[in-house]
Amino acid sequence: MNPALRPYFLRRKIFDRAAKLLSLGAVVFALFWLIWILGVTLAHGLMALKPSLLNQMTPPPGEDGGLANALFGSLSMSFLAILIAAPIGIAAGTYLAETSRRRLWCETVRFVNDILLSAPSIILGLFVYTLLVRPFGHFSGWAGAIALALIALPVIVRTTDEMLRLVPDAMREAALSLGIPQWKLTTHVLYRAALPGIVTGVMLALARISGETAPLLFTALNNQYWSMDLGAPLASVPVVIFQYAMSPYEEWHALAWAGAFVITLLVLVLSLIARAVVAKNRVSNE
Amino acid sequence: MNKSKLCVMDGAVLSMPKPWIRLSVRHLDFFYAGTQVLKEVSLDIRDSQVTAIIGPSGCGKSTLLRVFNRIYDAYEGQEARGEVLLDDENILTPNYPINRLRGKVGMVFQRPVPFPMSIYENIAFGIRHHERPSRSELDDRVEMALSSAALWGEVNGKLQQSALSLSGGQQQRLCIARAIAVRPEVILMDEPTSALDPISTMRIEELISELKEDYTIVIVTHNMQQAARVSDQTAYMYLGELIEIDQTDKIFLNPKKQQTADYVTGRFG
Repeated sequence: MNPALRPYFLRRKIFDRAAKLLSLGAVVFALFWLIWILGVTLAHGLMALKPSLLNQMTPPPGEDGGLANALFGSLSMSFLAILIAAPIGIAAGTYLAETSRRRLWCETVRFVNDILLSAPSIILGLFVYTLLVRPFGHFSGWAGAIALALIALPVIVRTTDEMLRLVPDAMREAALSLGIPQWKLTTHVLYRAALPGIVTGVMLALARISGETAPLLFTALNNQYWSMDLGAPLASVPVVIFQYAMSPYEEWHALAWAGAFVITLLVLVLSLIARAVVAKNRVSNE
Repeated sequence: MNKSKLCVMDGAVLSMPKPWIRLSVRHLDFFYAGTQVLKEVSLDIRDSQVTAIIGPSGCGKSTLLRVFNRIYDAYEGQEARGEVLLDDENILTPNYPINRLRGKVGMVFQRPVPFPMSIYENIAFGIRHHERPSRSELDDRVEMALSSAALWGEVNGKLQQSALSLSGGQQQRLCIARAIAVRPEVILMDEPTSALDPISTMRIEELISELKEDYTIVIVTHNMQQAARVSDQTAYMYLGELIEIDQTDKIFLNPKKQQTADYVTGRFG
Protein backbone atom coordinates (compact mmCIF):
# COMPACT_ATOMS: atom_id res chain seq x y z
CA MET A 1 0.00 0.00 0.00
CA ASN A 2 1.11 3.53 -0.66
CA PRO A 3 2.55 4.68 2.72
CA ALA A 4 1.09 8.14 2.22
CA LEU A 5 -2.41 6.63 2.39
CA ARG A 6 -1.81 4.80 5.64
CA PRO A 7 -3.19 7.52 7.99
CA TYR A 8 -6.44 7.63 6.01
CA PHE A 9 -6.70 3.90 6.13
CA LEU A 10 -6.17 3.90 9.89
CA ARG A 11 -8.86 6.55 10.33
CA ARG A 12 -11.34 4.53 8.31
CA LYS A 13 -10.54 1.48 10.35
CA ILE A 14 -11.18 3.35 13.60
CA PHE A 15 -14.49 4.71 12.31
CA ASP A 16 -15.48 1.27 11.14
CA ARG A 17 -14.74 -0.26 14.54
CA ALA A 18 -16.59 2.51 16.37
CA ALA A 19 -19.68 2.17 14.17
CA LYS A 20 -19.71 -1.59 14.65
CA LEU A 21 -19.38 -1.24 18.43
CA LEU A 22 -22.17 1.33 18.62
CA SER A 23 -24.59 -0.79 16.60
CA LEU A 24 -23.68 -3.85 18.63
CA GLY A 25 -24.41 -1.84 21.79
CA ALA A 26 -27.83 -0.86 20.44
CA VAL A 27 -28.64 -4.49 19.71
CA VAL A 28 -27.54 -5.60 23.17
CA PHE A 29 -29.60 -2.82 24.79
CA ALA A 30 -32.75 -3.80 22.91
CA LEU A 31 -32.26 -7.51 23.49
CA PHE A 32 -31.56 -7.01 27.21
CA TRP A 33 -35.07 -5.74 27.95
CA LEU A 34 -36.72 -8.20 25.64
CA ILE A 35 -34.95 -11.16 27.22
CA TRP A 36 -35.70 -9.85 30.70
CA ILE A 37 -39.42 -9.57 29.92
CA LEU A 38 -39.51 -12.97 28.26
CA GLY A 39 -37.46 -14.55 31.04
CA VAL A 40 -39.73 -13.28 33.81
CA THR A 41 -42.85 -14.28 31.88
CA LEU A 42 -41.46 -17.73 31.20
CA ALA A 43 -40.27 -18.32 34.75
CA HIS A 44 -43.49 -17.25 36.42
CA GLY A 45 -45.66 -18.71 33.70
CA LEU A 46 -44.01 -22.12 33.74
CA MET A 47 -44.47 -22.33 37.49
CA ALA A 48 -48.16 -21.55 37.12
CA LEU A 49 -48.75 -24.04 34.31
CA LYS A 50 -51.01 -26.94 35.19
CA PRO A 51 -53.48 -29.17 33.33
CA SER A 52 -56.47 -27.56 35.05
CA LEU A 53 -55.77 -24.37 33.08
CA LEU A 54 -57.48 -26.00 30.14
CA ASN A 55 -60.54 -27.48 31.79
CA GLN A 56 -61.39 -25.21 34.73
CA MET A 57 -63.01 -21.81 34.71
CA THR A 58 -61.61 -18.57 36.04
CA PRO A 59 -62.17 -18.81 39.80
CA PRO A 60 -63.62 -16.38 42.31
CA PRO A 61 -61.14 -14.81 44.73
CA GLY A 62 -59.17 -17.19 46.88
CA GLU A 63 -60.00 -20.35 44.96
CA ASP A 64 -58.10 -22.44 42.49
CA GLY A 65 -59.20 -22.61 38.88
CA GLY A 66 -58.14 -22.41 35.23
CA LEU A 67 -58.42 -20.30 32.09
CA ALA A 68 -60.64 -22.51 29.92
CA ASN A 69 -63.39 -19.94 29.37
CA ALA A 70 -60.87 -17.15 28.74
CA LEU A 71 -58.86 -19.25 26.27
CA PHE A 72 -61.98 -20.19 24.37
CA GLY A 73 -63.16 -16.57 24.31
CA SER A 74 -59.79 -15.27 23.12
CA LEU A 75 -59.40 -17.90 20.42
CA SER A 76 -62.92 -17.56 19.07
CA MET A 77 -62.92 -13.75 19.05
CA SER A 78 -59.43 -13.51 17.52
CA PHE A 79 -60.13 -16.00 14.76
CA LEU A 80 -63.54 -14.52 14.06
CA ALA A 81 -61.90 -11.09 13.85
CA ILE A 82 -59.34 -12.40 11.35
CA LEU A 83 -62.10 -14.12 9.39
CA ILE A 84 -63.81 -10.74 9.05
CA ALA A 85 -60.70 -8.61 8.56
CA ALA A 86 -58.60 -10.78 6.23
CA PRO A 87 -60.90 -10.86 3.16
CA ILE A 88 -61.79 -7.19 3.48
CA GLY A 89 -58.21 -6.18 4.20
CA ILE A 90 -56.73 -8.19 1.33
CA ALA A 91 -59.36 -6.89 -1.08
CA ALA A 92 -58.79 -3.29 0.02
CA GLY A 93 -55.00 -3.67 -0.11
CA THR A 94 -55.27 -5.13 -3.61
CA TYR A 95 -57.45 -2.22 -4.70
CA LEU A 96 -54.90 0.28 -3.40
CA ALA A 97 -51.92 -1.46 -4.98
CA GLU A 98 -53.52 -2.21 -8.34
CA THR A 99 -55.48 0.96 -9.02
CA SER A 100 -52.80 2.90 -10.80
CA ARG A 101 -55.23 5.20 -12.53
CA ARG A 102 -56.51 7.15 -9.50
CA ARG A 103 -53.41 7.99 -7.55
CA LEU A 104 -54.71 10.88 -5.46
CA TRP A 105 -57.70 8.92 -4.23
CA CYS A 106 -55.53 5.95 -3.29
CA GLU A 107 -53.03 8.13 -1.45
CA THR A 108 -55.92 9.56 0.56
CA VAL A 109 -57.21 6.10 1.45
CA ARG A 110 -53.68 5.02 2.43
CA PHE A 111 -53.35 8.05 4.69
CA VAL A 112 -56.66 7.35 6.40
CA ASN A 113 -55.70 3.71 6.79
CA ASP A 114 -52.44 4.73 8.44
CA ILE A 115 -54.40 6.86 10.90
CA LEU A 116 -56.57 3.86 11.71
CA LEU A 117 -53.41 1.77 12.04
CA SER A 118 -52.00 4.02 14.72
CA ALA A 119 -55.29 4.89 16.42
CA PRO A 120 -55.26 3.93 20.11
CA SER A 121 -57.11 0.65 20.43
CA ILE A 122 -59.18 1.98 23.31
CA ILE A 123 -60.81 4.44 20.92
CA LEU A 124 -61.78 1.62 18.57
CA GLY A 125 -63.20 -0.16 21.62
CA LEU A 126 -65.29 2.87 22.54
CA PHE A 127 -66.47 3.20 18.95
CA VAL A 128 -67.72 -0.37 18.89
CA TYR A 129 -69.20 0.13 22.37
CA THR A 130 -71.44 2.97 21.18
CA LEU A 131 -72.27 1.07 18.00
CA LEU A 132 -72.85 -2.50 19.15
CA VAL A 133 -73.01 -2.57 22.95
CA ARG A 134 -75.11 0.40 24.02
CA PRO A 135 -77.96 -0.10 21.53
CA PHE A 136 -78.31 -3.76 22.58
CA GLY A 137 -77.91 -3.07 26.27
CA HIS A 138 -75.28 -5.73 26.92
CA PHE A 139 -71.69 -6.66 26.16
CA SER A 140 -71.10 -9.43 23.65
CA GLY A 141 -68.49 -11.60 22.00
CA TRP A 142 -69.58 -10.33 18.60
CA ALA A 143 -68.79 -6.76 19.61
CA GLY A 144 -65.40 -7.95 20.86
CA ALA A 145 -64.64 -9.74 17.61
CA ILE A 146 -65.61 -6.70 15.57
CA ALA A 147 -63.47 -4.39 17.70
CA LEU A 148 -60.53 -6.75 17.15
CA ALA A 149 -61.32 -6.94 13.44
CA LEU A 150 -61.11 -3.14 13.24
CA ILE A 151 -57.63 -3.33 14.76
CA ALA A 152 -56.50 -6.12 12.44
CA LEU A 153 -57.97 -4.54 9.30
CA PRO A 154 -55.51 -1.65 8.74
CA VAL A 155 -52.55 -3.98 9.41
CA ILE A 156 -53.75 -6.35 6.70
CA VAL A 157 -54.58 -3.53 4.27
CA ARG A 158 -51.15 -2.04 4.75
CA THR A 159 -49.15 -5.25 4.38
CA THR A 160 -51.17 -6.47 1.37
CA ASP A 161 -50.77 -3.09 -0.33
CA GLU A 162 -47.02 -3.00 0.36
CA MET A 163 -46.35 -6.59 -0.61
CA LEU A 164 -48.20 -6.17 -3.91
CA ARG A 165 -46.40 -2.94 -4.64
CA LEU A 166 -43.09 -4.75 -4.16
CA VAL A 167 -43.95 -6.87 -7.20
CA PRO A 168 -42.18 -5.09 -10.06
CA ASP A 169 -44.35 -3.28 -12.62
CA ALA A 170 -42.49 -5.24 -15.28
CA MET A 171 -44.27 -8.38 -14.02
CA ARG A 172 -47.66 -6.69 -14.46
CA GLU A 173 -46.72 -5.47 -17.93
CA ALA A 174 -45.45 -8.91 -18.89
CA ALA A 175 -48.80 -10.48 -18.00
CA LEU A 176 -50.88 -7.68 -19.53
CA SER A 177 -48.83 -7.89 -22.73
CA LEU A 178 -49.94 -11.51 -23.10
CA GLY A 179 -53.54 -10.32 -23.21
CA ILE A 180 -54.18 -11.39 -19.61
CA PRO A 181 -56.92 -9.26 -18.04
CA GLN A 182 -56.30 -7.42 -14.77
CA TRP A 183 -58.31 -9.79 -12.56
CA LYS A 184 -56.40 -12.81 -13.78
CA LEU A 185 -53.12 -10.97 -13.46
CA THR A 186 -53.99 -10.23 -9.83
CA THR A 187 -55.21 -13.69 -8.84
CA HIS A 188 -52.78 -15.85 -10.83
CA VAL A 189 -49.57 -13.83 -10.90
CA LEU A 190 -49.49 -11.08 -8.29
CA TYR A 191 -51.01 -13.04 -5.40
CA ARG A 192 -48.62 -15.85 -6.13
CA ALA A 193 -45.68 -13.49 -6.08
CA ALA A 194 -46.84 -11.69 -2.92
CA LEU A 195 -48.38 -14.62 -1.04
CA PRO A 196 -45.70 -15.07 1.66
CA GLY A 197 -45.88 -11.39 2.51
CA ILE A 198 -49.67 -11.33 2.63
CA VAL A 199 -49.82 -14.43 4.85
CA THR A 200 -47.22 -12.91 7.15
CA GLY A 201 -49.34 -9.77 7.38
CA VAL A 202 -52.42 -11.75 8.40
CA MET A 203 -50.38 -13.70 10.99
CA LEU A 204 -48.95 -10.50 12.41
CA ALA A 205 -52.42 -9.02 12.66
CA LEU A 206 -53.58 -12.15 14.49
CA ALA A 207 -50.60 -11.93 16.85
CA ARG A 208 -51.33 -8.27 17.47
CA ILE A 209 -55.02 -8.71 18.33
CA SER A 210 -54.53 -11.79 20.47
CA GLY A 211 -52.91 -9.57 23.09
CA GLU A 212 -55.31 -6.61 22.87
CA THR A 213 -57.06 -5.73 26.12
CA ALA A 214 -58.49 -2.24 25.91
CA PRO A 215 -61.03 -2.78 23.12
CA LEU A 216 -62.33 -5.93 24.80
CA LEU A 217 -63.01 -4.12 28.10
CA PHE A 218 -65.67 -2.07 26.33
CA THR A 219 -67.11 -4.79 24.15
CA ALA A 220 -66.84 -8.41 25.30
CA LEU A 221 -66.12 -7.42 28.89
CA ASN A 222 -65.58 -10.66 30.81
CA ASN A 223 -67.38 -13.76 31.96
CA GLN A 224 -66.57 -15.95 34.93
CA TYR A 225 -68.40 -18.93 33.56
CA TRP A 226 -68.09 -21.19 30.57
CA SER A 227 -69.91 -19.60 27.67
CA MET A 228 -69.87 -20.31 23.96
CA ASP A 229 -72.51 -17.69 23.27
CA LEU A 230 -70.99 -14.88 21.21
CA GLY A 231 -74.12 -12.85 21.87
CA ALA A 232 -73.25 -12.64 25.57
CA PRO A 233 -70.27 -11.25 27.50
CA LEU A 234 -67.22 -13.38 26.82
CA ALA A 235 -64.03 -13.90 28.79
CA SER A 236 -60.62 -13.39 27.18
CA VAL A 237 -57.08 -14.03 28.34
CA PRO A 238 -55.82 -10.41 28.19
CA VAL A 239 -58.78 -9.11 30.19
CA VAL A 240 -58.34 -11.88 32.77
CA ILE A 241 -54.65 -11.02 33.04
CA PHE A 242 -55.57 -7.38 33.56
CA GLN A 243 -58.14 -8.20 36.22
CA TYR A 244 -56.13 -10.83 38.06
CA ALA A 245 -52.78 -9.09 37.99
CA MET A 246 -54.28 -6.01 39.67
CA SER A 247 -55.83 -8.11 42.42
CA PRO A 248 -54.33 -8.87 45.86
CA TYR A 249 -54.82 -12.68 45.61
CA GLU A 250 -51.91 -15.07 45.12
CA GLU A 251 -53.94 -17.63 43.11
CA TRP A 252 -55.08 -14.94 40.71
CA HIS A 253 -51.51 -13.72 40.24
CA ALA A 254 -50.45 -17.23 39.28
CA LEU A 255 -53.27 -17.49 36.76
CA ALA A 256 -52.34 -14.09 35.30
CA TRP A 257 -48.77 -15.30 34.80
CA ALA A 258 -50.03 -18.48 33.19
CA GLY A 259 -52.21 -16.40 30.85
CA ALA A 260 -49.27 -14.18 29.94
CA PHE A 261 -47.20 -17.25 29.23
CA VAL A 262 -49.89 -18.78 27.02
CA ILE A 263 -50.34 -15.58 24.99
CA THR A 264 -46.60 -15.15 24.54
CA LEU A 265 -46.37 -18.73 23.37
CA LEU A 266 -49.27 -18.22 20.96
CA VAL A 267 -47.63 -15.16 19.42
CA LEU A 268 -44.36 -17.05 19.13
CA VAL A 269 -46.06 -19.97 17.41
CA LEU A 270 -47.88 -17.64 15.01
CA SER A 271 -44.62 -15.91 14.08
CA LEU A 272 -42.96 -19.28 13.53
CA ILE A 273 -45.81 -20.40 11.28
CA ALA A 274 -45.56 -17.16 9.31
CA ARG A 275 -41.83 -17.67 8.90
CA ALA A 276 -42.32 -21.27 7.88
CA VAL A 277 -44.81 -20.22 5.19
CA VAL A 278 -42.33 -17.70 3.82
CA ALA A 279 -39.45 -20.16 3.93
CA LYS A 280 -41.45 -22.91 2.24
CA ASN A 281 -42.49 -20.58 -0.53
CA ARG A 282 -38.93 -19.44 -1.05
CA VAL A 283 -37.72 -23.02 -1.40
CA SER A 284 -40.38 -23.86 -3.96
CA ASN A 285 -39.33 -20.81 -5.96
CA GLU A 286 -35.77 -22.03 -6.24
CA MET B 1 -41.20 19.20 -42.43
CA ASN B 2 -43.91 16.68 -42.24
CA LYS B 3 -43.97 16.45 -45.99
CA SER B 4 -40.29 15.65 -46.25
CA LYS B 5 -40.74 12.85 -43.71
CA LEU B 6 -43.45 11.32 -45.80
CA CYS B 7 -41.29 11.56 -48.89
CA VAL B 8 -38.53 9.62 -47.19
CA MET B 9 -41.04 7.04 -46.21
CA ASP B 10 -42.49 6.84 -49.67
CA GLY B 11 -38.98 6.36 -50.98
CA ALA B 12 -38.60 3.42 -48.64
CA VAL B 13 -41.87 1.96 -49.82
CA LEU B 14 -40.73 2.10 -53.42
CA SER B 15 -37.32 0.64 -52.79
CA MET B 16 -38.61 -2.25 -50.70
CA PRO B 17 -40.63 -4.63 -52.80
CA LYS B 18 -42.87 -7.34 -51.50
CA PRO B 19 -43.37 -7.49 -47.69
CA TRP B 20 -46.72 -6.02 -46.91
CA ILE B 21 -47.37 -3.52 -44.21
CA ARG B 22 -48.42 -5.03 -40.88
CA LEU B 23 -48.48 -1.94 -38.70
CA SER B 24 -49.05 1.49 -40.03
CA VAL B 25 -48.56 4.54 -37.83
CA ARG B 26 -50.15 7.78 -38.94
CA HIS B 27 -49.62 11.16 -37.28
CA LEU B 28 -49.13 9.71 -33.85
CA ASP B 29 -48.86 12.11 -30.91
CA PHE B 30 -48.23 10.89 -27.39
CA PHE B 31 -48.62 12.71 -24.10
CA TYR B 32 -47.30 11.97 -20.62
CA ALA B 33 -49.40 13.96 -18.16
CA GLY B 34 -49.88 16.66 -20.78
CA THR B 35 -46.26 16.75 -21.99
CA GLN B 36 -45.92 15.79 -25.62
CA VAL B 37 -43.28 13.10 -26.10
CA LEU B 38 -44.13 11.87 -29.61
CA LYS B 39 -44.78 14.36 -32.37
CA GLU B 40 -46.51 13.49 -35.60
CA VAL B 41 -44.83 10.14 -35.99
CA SER B 42 -45.72 8.25 -39.17
CA LEU B 43 -44.09 5.03 -40.28
CA ASP B 44 -44.81 1.55 -41.60
CA ILE B 45 -43.74 -1.73 -40.05
CA ARG B 46 -43.39 -4.53 -42.57
CA ASP B 47 -44.29 -8.14 -42.25
CA SER B 48 -41.59 -10.77 -41.72
CA GLN B 49 -38.97 -8.16 -41.14
CA VAL B 50 -37.12 -6.77 -38.19
CA THR B 51 -37.61 -3.07 -37.68
CA ALA B 52 -35.15 -1.43 -35.31
CA ILE B 53 -35.86 1.85 -33.59
CA ILE B 54 -32.76 3.73 -32.50
CA GLY B 55 -32.09 7.11 -30.97
CA PRO B 56 -30.65 8.72 -27.83
CA SER B 57 -32.26 8.25 -24.41
CA GLY B 58 -35.57 10.02 -24.07
CA CYS B 59 -36.18 10.24 -27.81
CA GLY B 60 -39.48 8.38 -27.45
CA LYS B 61 -38.49 5.05 -28.98
CA SER B 62 -39.77 2.99 -26.04
CA THR B 63 -42.91 5.10 -25.87
CA LEU B 64 -43.58 4.40 -29.54
CA LEU B 65 -43.15 0.68 -28.94
CA ARG B 66 -45.51 0.80 -25.96
CA VAL B 67 -48.23 2.27 -28.16
CA PHE B 68 -48.24 -0.78 -30.42
CA ASN B 69 -49.83 -3.01 -27.76
CA ARG B 70 -51.35 -0.15 -25.77
CA ILE B 71 -49.50 -1.24 -22.64
CA TYR B 72 -49.35 2.46 -21.71
CA ASP B 73 -53.09 2.17 -21.09
CA ALA B 74 -52.36 0.69 -17.66
CA TYR B 75 -51.13 4.05 -16.38
CA GLU B 76 -52.76 7.29 -15.43
CA GLY B 77 -52.17 10.35 -17.58
CA GLN B 78 -50.76 8.67 -20.70
CA GLU B 79 -52.53 9.33 -23.94
CA ALA B 80 -51.98 8.55 -27.61
CA ARG B 81 -53.61 10.46 -30.48
CA GLY B 82 -53.50 9.61 -34.15
CA GLU B 83 -53.81 6.30 -35.88
CA VAL B 84 -52.04 2.98 -35.55
CA LEU B 85 -53.45 0.51 -38.05
CA LEU B 86 -52.98 -3.18 -37.39
CA ASP B 87 -54.41 -5.21 -40.28
CA ASP B 88 -56.30 -2.07 -41.33
CA GLU B 89 -57.99 -1.50 -37.97
CA ASN B 90 -57.10 1.45 -35.79
CA ILE B 91 -55.98 -0.01 -32.47
CA LEU B 92 -56.22 3.37 -30.76
CA THR B 93 -60.01 3.49 -30.91
CA PRO B 94 -61.22 3.20 -27.32
CA ASN B 95 -63.38 0.17 -27.94
CA TYR B 96 -60.72 -1.86 -29.76
CA PRO B 97 -60.58 -5.14 -27.75
CA ILE B 98 -57.37 -4.59 -25.89
CA ASN B 99 -56.72 -8.15 -24.73
CA ARG B 100 -57.20 -9.44 -28.27
CA LEU B 101 -54.76 -6.79 -29.44
CA ARG B 102 -52.19 -7.99 -26.91
CA GLY B 103 -52.74 -11.55 -28.05
CA LYS B 104 -51.74 -10.40 -31.54
CA VAL B 105 -48.93 -8.10 -30.47
CA GLY B 106 -46.59 -9.69 -27.93
CA MET B 107 -43.87 -7.97 -26.00
CA VAL B 108 -40.47 -8.76 -24.52
CA PHE B 109 -39.04 -6.40 -21.95
CA GLN B 110 -35.66 -5.05 -20.97
CA ARG B 111 -35.35 -7.20 -17.87
CA PRO B 112 -36.51 -10.79 -17.99
CA VAL B 113 -39.50 -11.17 -15.67
CA PRO B 114 -40.56 -14.80 -15.42
CA PHE B 115 -43.79 -15.33 -13.50
CA PRO B 116 -43.33 -16.98 -10.10
CA MET B 117 -44.33 -20.38 -11.48
CA SER B 118 -42.67 -23.39 -13.06
CA ILE B 119 -41.04 -23.14 -16.47
CA TYR B 120 -43.95 -25.10 -17.95
CA GLU B 121 -46.59 -22.91 -16.34
CA ASN B 122 -44.87 -19.74 -17.52
CA ILE B 123 -45.53 -20.81 -21.10
CA ALA B 124 -48.85 -22.55 -20.55
CA PHE B 125 -50.42 -19.63 -18.66
CA GLY B 126 -50.91 -17.41 -21.71
CA ILE B 127 -51.98 -20.27 -23.99
CA ARG B 128 -54.63 -21.44 -21.53
CA HIS B 129 -56.04 -17.95 -21.30
CA HIS B 130 -56.65 -17.62 -25.04
CA GLU B 131 -57.50 -21.21 -25.92
CA ARG B 132 -58.74 -24.44 -24.38
CA PRO B 133 -56.12 -26.95 -25.50
CA SER B 134 -56.12 -30.57 -24.40
CA ARG B 135 -53.37 -31.78 -22.13
CA SER B 136 -51.25 -33.22 -24.93
CA GLU B 137 -51.86 -30.25 -27.22
CA LEU B 138 -50.71 -27.97 -24.44
CA ASP B 139 -47.57 -30.07 -23.90
CA ASP B 140 -46.83 -29.79 -27.61
CA ARG B 141 -47.39 -26.06 -27.67
CA VAL B 142 -45.09 -25.54 -24.69
CA GLU B 143 -42.39 -27.63 -26.35
CA MET B 144 -42.81 -25.77 -29.64
CA ALA B 145 -42.57 -22.38 -27.97
CA LEU B 146 -39.48 -23.38 -26.00
CA SER B 147 -37.89 -24.85 -29.13
CA SER B 148 -38.59 -21.70 -31.14
CA ALA B 149 -36.91 -19.71 -28.42
CA ALA B 150 -33.90 -22.07 -28.52
CA LEU B 151 -34.43 -23.05 -24.91
CA TRP B 152 -35.92 -26.54 -25.17
CA GLY B 153 -32.58 -28.34 -25.05
CA GLU B 154 -31.62 -26.59 -21.84
CA VAL B 155 -34.88 -27.00 -19.91
CA ASN B 156 -36.19 -30.31 -21.23
CA GLY B 157 -36.57 -32.59 -18.22
CA LYS B 158 -36.84 -29.78 -15.69
CA LEU B 159 -40.03 -28.13 -16.85
CA GLN B 160 -41.55 -28.33 -13.39
CA GLN B 161 -38.73 -26.34 -11.81
CA SER B 162 -39.28 -22.73 -10.93
CA ALA B 163 -38.53 -20.36 -13.79
CA LEU B 164 -36.56 -18.24 -11.33
CA SER B 165 -33.89 -20.95 -11.24
CA LEU B 166 -32.82 -20.15 -14.82
CA SER B 167 -29.93 -17.83 -15.68
CA GLY B 168 -30.65 -14.29 -16.92
CA GLY B 169 -30.14 -15.19 -20.57
CA GLN B 170 -32.31 -18.29 -20.23
CA GLN B 171 -35.00 -16.26 -18.47
CA GLN B 172 -35.05 -13.78 -21.35
CA ARG B 173 -35.43 -16.63 -23.86
CA LEU B 174 -38.21 -17.99 -21.65
CA CYS B 175 -39.92 -14.61 -21.89
CA ILE B 176 -39.58 -14.74 -25.67
CA ALA B 177 -41.02 -18.27 -25.65
CA ARG B 178 -43.88 -17.03 -23.47
CA ALA B 179 -44.63 -14.27 -25.96
CA ILE B 180 -44.43 -16.65 -28.95
CA ALA B 181 -46.61 -19.27 -27.26
CA VAL B 182 -49.83 -17.29 -27.72
CA ARG B 183 -49.09 -17.07 -31.48
CA PRO B 184 -48.85 -13.32 -31.97
CA GLU B 185 -48.35 -11.63 -35.33
CA VAL B 186 -46.01 -8.98 -34.04
CA ILE B 187 -43.35 -9.21 -31.33
CA LEU B 188 -42.19 -5.99 -29.68
CA MET B 189 -38.81 -6.03 -28.00
CA ASP B 190 -37.80 -3.23 -25.68
CA GLU B 191 -34.00 -3.37 -25.37
CA PRO B 192 -34.20 -7.13 -24.87
CA THR B 193 -30.48 -7.65 -24.35
CA SER B 194 -29.42 -4.63 -22.33
CA ALA B 195 -29.44 -6.63 -19.09
CA LEU B 196 -27.60 -9.64 -20.58
CA ASP B 197 -23.98 -10.70 -21.05
CA PRO B 198 -22.43 -10.79 -24.55
CA ILE B 199 -22.97 -14.53 -25.10
CA SER B 200 -26.64 -14.41 -24.11
CA THR B 201 -26.99 -11.30 -26.28
CA MET B 202 -25.58 -13.17 -29.25
CA ARG B 203 -28.02 -16.04 -28.74
CA ILE B 204 -30.97 -13.65 -28.57
CA GLU B 205 -29.82 -11.90 -31.73
CA GLU B 206 -29.56 -15.21 -33.58
CA LEU B 207 -33.01 -16.03 -32.30
CA ILE B 208 -34.42 -12.75 -33.62
CA SER B 209 -33.08 -13.56 -37.08
CA GLU B 210 -34.77 -16.96 -36.98
CA LEU B 211 -38.05 -15.63 -35.65
CA LYS B 212 -38.50 -13.00 -38.34
CA GLU B 213 -39.46 -15.75 -40.77
CA ASP B 214 -42.73 -16.11 -38.92
CA TYR B 215 -43.23 -12.87 -37.03
CA THR B 216 -43.06 -9.16 -37.53
CA ILE B 217 -40.48 -7.90 -35.07
CA VAL B 218 -39.97 -4.38 -33.78
CA ILE B 219 -36.93 -3.91 -31.59
CA VAL B 220 -35.93 -0.83 -29.63
CA THR B 221 -32.23 -0.74 -28.94
CA HIS B 222 -29.59 1.52 -27.53
CA ASN B 223 -26.97 -0.43 -29.31
CA MET B 224 -26.44 0.68 -32.89
CA GLN B 225 -24.32 -2.34 -33.79
CA GLN B 226 -27.21 -4.50 -32.68
CA ALA B 227 -29.63 -2.60 -34.90
CA ALA B 228 -27.22 -2.99 -37.81
CA ARG B 229 -26.80 -6.71 -37.13
CA VAL B 230 -30.40 -7.79 -36.71
CA SER B 231 -32.71 -5.40 -38.52
CA ASP B 232 -33.96 -4.99 -42.08
CA GLN B 233 -35.19 -1.46 -41.65
CA THR B 234 -34.17 1.10 -39.08
CA ALA B 235 -35.95 4.16 -37.75
CA TYR B 236 -33.98 6.97 -36.16
CA MET B 237 -35.83 9.09 -33.63
CA TYR B 238 -34.83 12.25 -31.87
CA LEU B 239 -36.77 14.30 -29.29
CA GLY B 240 -40.05 12.61 -30.05
CA GLU B 241 -39.82 12.95 -33.79
CA LEU B 242 -39.13 10.36 -36.41
CA ILE B 243 -36.13 11.73 -38.27
CA GLU B 244 -35.64 9.00 -40.83
CA ILE B 245 -36.70 5.45 -41.60
CA ASP B 246 -35.14 3.37 -44.33
CA GLN B 247 -33.47 0.07 -45.05
CA THR B 248 -30.89 -0.59 -42.37
CA ASP B 249 -27.84 -0.49 -44.64
CA LYS B 250 -28.96 2.84 -46.05
CA ILE B 251 -29.44 4.32 -42.59
CA PHE B 252 -25.99 3.23 -41.52
CA LEU B 253 -24.05 3.76 -44.76
CA ASN B 254 -25.84 6.45 -46.61
CA PRO B 255 -28.49 8.26 -44.57
CA LYS B 256 -30.45 11.03 -46.22
CA LYS B 257 -30.35 13.35 -43.23
CA GLN B 258 -27.31 14.93 -41.64
CA GLN B 259 -28.83 14.36 -38.16
CA THR B 260 -29.03 10.62 -38.76
CA ALA B 261 -25.50 10.54 -40.11
CA ASP B 262 -24.22 12.36 -37.01
CA TYR B 263 -25.90 9.86 -34.73
CA VAL B 264 -24.94 6.64 -36.48
CA THR B 265 -21.33 7.70 -36.91
CA GLY B 266 -21.13 8.50 -33.20
CA ARG B 267 -20.61 12.23 -33.63
CA PHE B 268 -23.68 12.78 -31.52
CA GLY B 269 -25.53 10.89 -28.81
